[in-house]
Amino acid sequence: MNEWLDPLLLSRWQFGLTTVYHFLFVPITIGMALTVALFQTAWVRTDKEKYLQLTKFFGKLFLINFAMGVVTGIVQEFQFGMNWSDYSRFVGDVFGAPLAMEGLLAFFFEATFIGLWIFGWDKLPRGLHLATIWATAVGSILSAYFIIAANAFMQNPVGYDINEAKGRAELTDIWALLTNKVALAAFPHTIFACFMVAAGLIITVAAWHLSRNQHLDTMRPALKFGLWMMMIAGALTVLTGDSLGLAMVQTQPMKMAAAEAMYTTSTGADASFSIFTLGTPDGSSELFSIRIPYLLSFLSTHTFDGTVEGINDLQAQYVQLYGPGDYTPTIWVTYWAFRWMIALGVLHVFTAFVGLVLTRKKSALGARLFAGRWGRWIWKAAIWSFPLSLGAMIMGWVFTEMGRQPWLVFGLLKTADGVSPNVTGLEVLISLIAFTLIYGSLAVVEFKLIKKAAQKGPDDLPEPHPETGVRRQETTVY
Amino acid sequence: MDLTILWFGIITFLFIGYFVLDGFDFGVGMSIPFLGKDDTDRRVIINTIGPIWDLNETWLIVAGASLFAAFPEWYATLFSGFYLALLLILLSLILRGVSFEYRHQRPEAAWKRRFDAMIVIGSAVPAFLWGVAFGNIVRGVPLDSGFNYTGSFFDLLNPYALLAGLTTLLLFFTHGTLFVSLKTDGELQRRARRLAGRSGLLTIVVAASFLLWTTLAYGTFWSAVLSLVAAVTLISAVLANARGREGWAFGAMAATVAFAVLSLFLSLFPDVMPASNNPANSLTIANASSSAYTLQVMTWVALVALPLILAYQGWTYWVFRKRITRAHIEGAQAAH
Repeated sequence: MNEWLDPLLLSRWQFGLTTVYHFLFVPITIGMALTVALFQTAWVRTDKEKYLQLTKFFGKLFLINFAMGVVTGIVQEFQFGMNWSDYSRFVGDVFGAPLAMEGLLAFFFEATFIGLWIFGWDKLPRGLHLATIWATAVGSILSAYFIIAANAFMQNPVGYDINEAKGRAELTDIWALLTNKVALAAFPHTIFACFMVAAGLIITVAAWHLSRNQHLDTMRPALKFGLWMMMIAGALTVLTGDSLGLAMVQTQPMKMAAAEAMYTTSTGADASFSIFTLGTPDGSSELFSIRIPYLLSFLSTHTFDGTVEGINDLQAQYVQLYGPGDYTPTIWVTYWAFRWMIALGVLHVFTAFVGLVLTRKKSALGARLFAGRWGRWIWKAAIWSFPLSLGAMIMGWVFTEMGRQPWLVFGLLKTADGVSPNVTGLEVLISLIAFTLIYGSLAVVEFKLIKKAAQKGPDDLPEPHPETGVRRQETTVY
Repeated sequence: MDLTILWFGIITFLFIGYFVLDGFDFGVGMSIPFLGKDDTDRRVIINTIGPIWDLNETWLIVAGASLFAAFPEWYATLFSGFYLALLLILLSLILRGVSFEYRHQRPEAAWKRRFDAMIVIGSAVPAFLWGVAFGNIVRGVPLDSGFNYTGSFFDLLNPYALLAGLTTLLLFFTHGTLFVSLKTDGELQRRARRLAGRSGLLTIVVAASFLLWTTLAYGTFWSAVLSLVAAVTLISAVLANARGREGWAFGAMAATVAFAVLSLFLSLFPDVMPASNNPANSLTIANASSSAYTLQVMTWVALVALPLILAYQGWTYWVFRKRITRAHIEGAQAAH
C-alpha cells in the first residue's frame, strides 16, 4: 500500500489537528464564561453602566466563538469510534464512563443555560439571568474535569483490571479514576491556563482600543482586570504546572526525559535544564546549549540532589517490561513544545506584571514611557497577548500528548494497536482533507468576525425611560 | 433487573430525545427556502429555534457518549463501520451550527444567502443520513468475527435504507414546519400550516410503506404495534394541522417520531447490530455491553442526571414559549 495512505498516520494527523483546533475555542469558552459572569455580577451589584457594557461586549466575543467550540467538540467524541475503534473496544468500559458523565452532568447544563443567557435578557429577572451565566461557567469547568479525567487515564491508567477473556480493560473503581493524580494535577493547570487565554484576549482588545485613545471609560477597567487576571492565573498555572511535572515524573518518567532530551540518567548539578540547544533533531548529540544546573533535578523531585532517569535507561527498562520496541517519543517535538509552553507562559506573567506597574495612576515612569516613543511598542507588545497565550496552550497539549507516544494508553495499548482496522487510508485521507478545508475556511471567517466585533468596541446603552429612569432590557434575537 | 436491558432502554430514550428535538430543528432549517419570503421571515424562522437548537443537538453528544460507556462494542462497530456517512453528518452539523451564529454578523444579502444555504444543507443531509444509518442497523450489515463492518460506504445505500432516509427526511420536514406554525403568527404561520399539510400527506405515504416494509421483513409483535401507533399519531398530526390546532399537531408529530424510533429499537432487541452475513457475528446487548460495575455506576449517574435534565430543559422551553412575530424581530437587537 502507498505509504501516504497509511490509516494510522492519517488518523493521528486528523486527531491531532482536530483536537488542537477544538482547543482553540475551549479555553476561550471556559475563560470568557467566567469573565463575563464576573462583569455581569459587578453590574448587578454596582449598577454601573460600564460593567453592563463590558458584559455585553465581551459576551459578544464569547458567543462568536461558542458555536465553534460545540460543533468541533462533537467531532472529537465521534472520532474515538470512527478512527480508533480498537481503542474504543479496549478501553470503552473505563473511558466511556467519564465521557458520558460529562454529557449527562455538565454539557447539557452548559448548553441549556447558555441559551437562556443569550436570549433571556428581557425574559428573566435580573438575578436569575445572572445565575444562568454562572451556571454556564460552572458547566464548562465541570465539563473540563471529566474530559481531563478521561485523558488522565491514557497518561496514567488507574481504577481498572484487565479482563483477559474479553481482551479489554474494565473499570473497577470509579473514584480512583476520577481522582487520578494526573487528573488532579492537570485539571487546575489546564483551567488556569484557560483563564490566561481569556485574560490574553481581554488585554489584547483593551490595549488595541487604549492605544487609539478610544472607549477609555470601559477599556481602562478592562485592561486592569485583564492584567490582574493574567498575573494571578499565570502564577497559578506555573505552580500547578510544577505539581503536574512531579506527577508526570512519577507516572511517565520517559515524558520528562523526552521534555529535556536527556539520554543519560543524571543527578544533582548534572540534572540541568537547557534553555536552548542546537544539535541533531533527535537530541542525541548537541553542538551548543545554554544550561541551568540543578534545575531539572528540582523540577522533577523538588530536591537539588535528585536523580532524573535518562531516555537510554528507561528504554532498556521498558524493553524488559513490555518487550522489544522503541519507547521514545519524538524528541525534537517534546523538547521544543515544552520549552515554548514555559517560555510563553512565563513571558505572560512578566508582561502582566510590567503592565500593572506601568499603568498605575501614580507611575511617573509609566506616564513618561507611554508619552514617549516607547509607548507605541508597549501597546504592540500587549496586543500580542492573546495569540501568544493560545500558543502556550497549544504547545502544552502537543507536549503532553506527543510525550505519551508510542502509547495510546500508557503501558497498556500502543497507538498503532488502537486504530480502526476496517477504515481504509483513502477514507481517512478524504476526511482529513474535508476537515482541513472546512476548519481552515471557518477559521478565516471566525477570525474576521471576532476582529470586527472587537474593533467596533462596546455599544452605547439605550437611554433609560425619561420618567421612571428604568432602562428596559432589549430583546435578543439571531 | 438486568442492567443491559435498562441501558438499552436509556440509549433508546436518548435517541428518541435527539430525533424528536433536533428533528424539528432539521425541519425548521429545511423549511427556510419554502417559507421565508424575505429576510425578516427567515429570521423569524431561525429564531423559533434560536435558544434551543444547541441543547437539542447536545442530545446527540450525550447519546453518543452513553453508547460509548454502556455498549463500547456497539459504539466502535457503528462509528467505524459508517465512517463516511458519519463524516457527512458531522460536517453538516458543523456548517449548520456556525451558520446560526454567523448569518446575522453582516448585513449584506449575499452573506446571509450563503449561510441560509448552509443551514438548509446542514439540516437536510443529517435528516436523510440518520435514516439511512438506522435503516442499515435494522436491516443488518456484514460483520466479521471481531464485529468489524466489512462492507463499504456504497453498501449502505441499499433500497431499504434509502427509503428509511427519505422517511426521516420527510418526517423531520413536516415536524419542523409544524413547529414553525406553532411558534409564529400571521401570514408566515398560514404558509407553514399549508406546507405542513402538503408534506404531511407525502410523509404518510412514504412512512407507511417504510413501516410496512420494516414490519414484514424485520418486525416483531411489539415493533409492529408501535408502527401502527406511529401511523395513527402521524395521521392525527395531519388532521389536527388541517383543523388549525397547531399545538396538538406538533405534539402528535413528536409522538410519531418517538414511536417510530421506539419501533426501530424494539425490532432490533435483543440485538443491537445484527450481522447480515452470519448471525453468530451479531452484536447483542450481552456481548456489546460494558461490565456490570460500569453499568451500575452509570445507572446511578443517569438516575440523578436525567430528571434534572428534563426539569431544566422543560423550564427553558417554558421561558421561550411565546410565539416569534415579525414585530418582535424588527424591534429587537441582534444577539451579537
